[in-house]
Amino acid sequence: MSGVALETRGLCKSFGALTVADDINFRLERGARHALIGPNGAGKTTFVNMLTGLLSPSSGRIVLGGEDITAAGQAKRVKLGLGRTFQINALFRRLAVLDNVALAVAERRGVARRMLRAASMHEDVRAESMELLATLGLAEDAGIRILDLPYGKQRLVEIAIALGLKPDVLLLDEPAAGVPSLESHRILQVLDNLPEHIAILIIEHDMDLVFRFAQRITVLVQGEVLVEGPPEEIARDRRVHQVYLGEQHHA
Amino acid sequence: MSAHAGGYSADPRIRWIESLPWIVAFAGFFLLPEYLSLGARILIYILYALSLDLIVGYAGIITLGHSAYFGLGAYVAGILAAKAGIGDSMVQLVAAAAAGALLGVSTGAIILRTKALTLLMLTLAITSVLLEIANKATALTGGADGLSGVVVAPILGLFRFDIFGKTAYLYCLLVLFLGWWLVRRLIYSPFGTSLTGVRENSLRMHAIGAPVYWRLVLVYTLSATIAGVAGGLITQTNQFVGLNVLSFESAGELLVMLILGGVGRIYGAFVGPVVYLIAQDLLAKQFPEYWYFGIGTMLVLVVMFARGGILGILDGALAKLRSRR
Repeated sequence: MSGVALETRGLCKSFGALTVADDINFRLERGARHALIGPNGAGKTTFVNMLTGLLSPSSGRIVLGGEDITAAGQAKRVKLGLGRTFQINALFRRLAVLDNVALAVAERRGVARRMLRAASMHEDVRAESMELLATLGLAEDAGIRILDLPYGKQRLVEIAIALGLKPDVLLLDEPAAGVPSLESHRILQVLDNLPEHIAILIIEHDMDLVFRFAQRITVLVQGEVLVEGPPEEIARDRRVHQVYLGEQHHA
Repeated sequence: MSAHAGGYSADPRIRWIESLPWIVAFAGFFLLPEYLSLGARILIYILYALSLDLIVGYAGIITLGHSAYFGLGAYVAGILAAKAGIGDSMVQLVAAAAAGALLGVSTGAIILRTKALTLLMLTLAITSVLLEIANKATALTGGADGLSGVVVAPILGLFRFDIFGKTAYLYCLLVLFLGWWLVRRLIYSPFGTSLTGVRENSLRMHAIGAPVYWRLVLVYTLSATIAGVAGGLITQTNQFVGLNVLSFESAGELLVMLILGGVGRIYGAFVGPVVYLIAQDLLAKQFPEYWYFGIGTMLVLVVMFARGGILGILDGALAKLRSRR
């Protein structure tokens, strides 16, 4: 599979005098495994928030699957195949795991606004949600409320909700954030098993995870793309070492 | 779990325990004929509290202005009966519902763009504006003197509103039953589940592509419609409308009832008004000057020790009993 799934052209964002995204030209290929890295405050989350429509760019364009979505609302982007997860869990805490996923599945299937038949009578939504949970190893936790779920599994639900949207492009905002490294292999395992056709952009601080998962890496520094390339190149790049990896002694 | 949360794994069938309110209501009708007017008032407040629970408990919309829709419904029914000479109870009720719906959708569309304290202030503002209009438009509303001369024709031309309140009681019970059926249905539906999604995390609801704003406007309108019906009922049973139906106090009182019974669990809206209004009746007889002290104490105790309200206490007790077995 080739072709561009998501593209930004000259994307800029400034808050007053502070520029947090400066002329970002970025391409995410179909089915890509792409990582976005950079030191704290590099503007990674701002970039993701612009992609999903939470923030509107000061200038530049965003194109999703050939369609210009720069001015589109969040719901429209989701409909066009854009899914995301959150760095800090954004779950429905007092609802069961199943309902967390089913809410997303129901939105995608267009049944979420129905009022007459009971939710549990929508067998299709239930079955699909259960199936999805099973692929993530969460089937046994379906009836447990998020509040009562261990943190590591909450991170998986975070991904499961996004997958319920059957996205073409999936933005993973630090999927392993806060997960002890002993457990982060579980997250990586899930990431490795994601459907191949989904283009994935991952933002992550865990360099082990990034270099094991990504086929392409973009380094963002102070709102600008410093360099982009395959992991071997990035690992060798002097500038990257200087601004980012220098203190981490990786690679 | 006895809290009615809906959801994709919730069994929507009606449990035997859910017939309890209706058994109690019928028992009250036969056993306590001298309390039927208080009974009708309780039934109306249950319907009113149900409408509030839908937005506060399920959708997480915080409001102190729900009396706007209740009061409008009350005045519309009253003005039709007293000024326009339309005595048909069904027409009055439908008009009250329509007025509630109309005000609900037009105000909801504006205020639901805001959140938290701003939203709370706006709900207060709406009620205050309506109260002032009712106060000044004396030709229509009777102003501070209230609107009297409300005439309600026999229901279906057969059942006359008697001075003992028998007809009114059964009539309110029937309307409450329909309202309960509707609310229960909504809560168990995908729509209801998506409302709890908004309550739990509206950021995430946006991220899964839900039209959050429109869902809120819709549920707010439905809630305002039911509140309008409850207002229409209070006019028909009292055959009088006073400014107090629109007051901020009445909206606050309703919220207190709901918190007392338990928010977001349907039957909290049943338990709250029963306990509150009966306590008010008893305390006001015993201590005409201090009865608010009793109500206040109850509320403080519930808020401090039982965040789930009276039903939350029962839930906890049941869970303990089960674990002992």
